[in-house]
Amino acid sequence: MDQFLFFLVAFLAVASAVYFVFARNPLYAILSLIVTMFSIAGMYVLLNAQFLAIIQIIVYAGAIMVLFLYILMMLNLNKGDESKKNNTLKFVGVFTAGLLLVGVLGVFRGVQDKHIVVENVDRGIGLTKNLGRLLFNEYVLPFELASILILAGIVGAVLIGKKDL
Amino acid sequence: MGVLLRKNAIVILGCVELMLNSVNLLLAAFSAYKGNGDGQLLVFFIMVVAAAEVAVGLAIIAMLYRNTRSVDVSIFNKLRG
Repeated sequence: MDQFLFFLVAFLAVASAVYFVFARNPLYAILSLIVTMFSIAGMYVLLNAQFLAIIQIIVYAGAIMVLFLYILMMLNLNKGDESKKNNTLKFVGVFTAGLLLVGVLGVFRGVQDKHIVVENVDRGIGLTKNLGRLLFNEYVLPFELASILILAGIVGAVLIGKKDL
Repeated sequence: MGVLLRKNAIVILGCVELMLNSVNLLLAAFSAYKGNGDGQLLVFFIMVVAAAEVAVGLAIIAMLYRNTRSVDVSIFNKLRG
C-alpha cells in the first residue's frame, strides 16, 4: 500500500513537473506546478515528515503559487507564443539534463548490488514537537537571521515594486 | 533544463523553485533515513530563503514588465557591454 502510494505520488510529481517545463501557456504551467507542490507534500507525509508537509502546503502551494498566479494575471500576457532561444543554448540545456540523468542512473546501478541496511532509527523525528525542540535549542541564531532576511525581502520587494522610485 | 530552455521570466523563476524543491526532497529523505532532524531543519530554512527570493524576483519581473511591456528574457540585454 505504501509503495503503491509512493509510486502514484512520484509519477504525479514528475509528470506535472515535465508538463510545467514544456507547457506553452504560462497559466497552465503554473497550475501544474501547484500539482507538483502538493505531490511533494504527499511525499513528505510518506517520509513521516509531517511538519515539512504542512509547511510545504502552506508556504509553497499557498503563498508562493498564489504570488506567481497574481503576477501572471496582473501582467496580462495574452500572446501565446514565445520566441525561440538559439539552438546552442537549447543543446546545452538538454545535454546538462542528460548528464544529470546518467549520473542518477549510475548511482542507482551502484546501489542495487549492495544490501541496504535499514537502520533502526527514530521514526518520529519529523514531528513538529521534535523539530521545534531542535529549532529553538540548537538553531536559534539561524532562525533569527532568517527573520531578518524575510524583513529585508519585504522591504526590497516593496521598494522595487513602487511605481515611481 | 527549464531555466536554459524557456524565455518567459516567470516560468524561469518557477523552474528555480522546482530545483529547490528537488533538493528539499532529497534532504528530507536522507534526514528521515538517518533519523536525524538537522536535514529537515535545513529544508525549513531553504523554504524561508525561497519565499524571500520569489517575492523579490517577482517584484523585479513586475518592474521590468512596467518598463518594457514584456517578460521575455531575450530583450533584457540592456546590460550587455
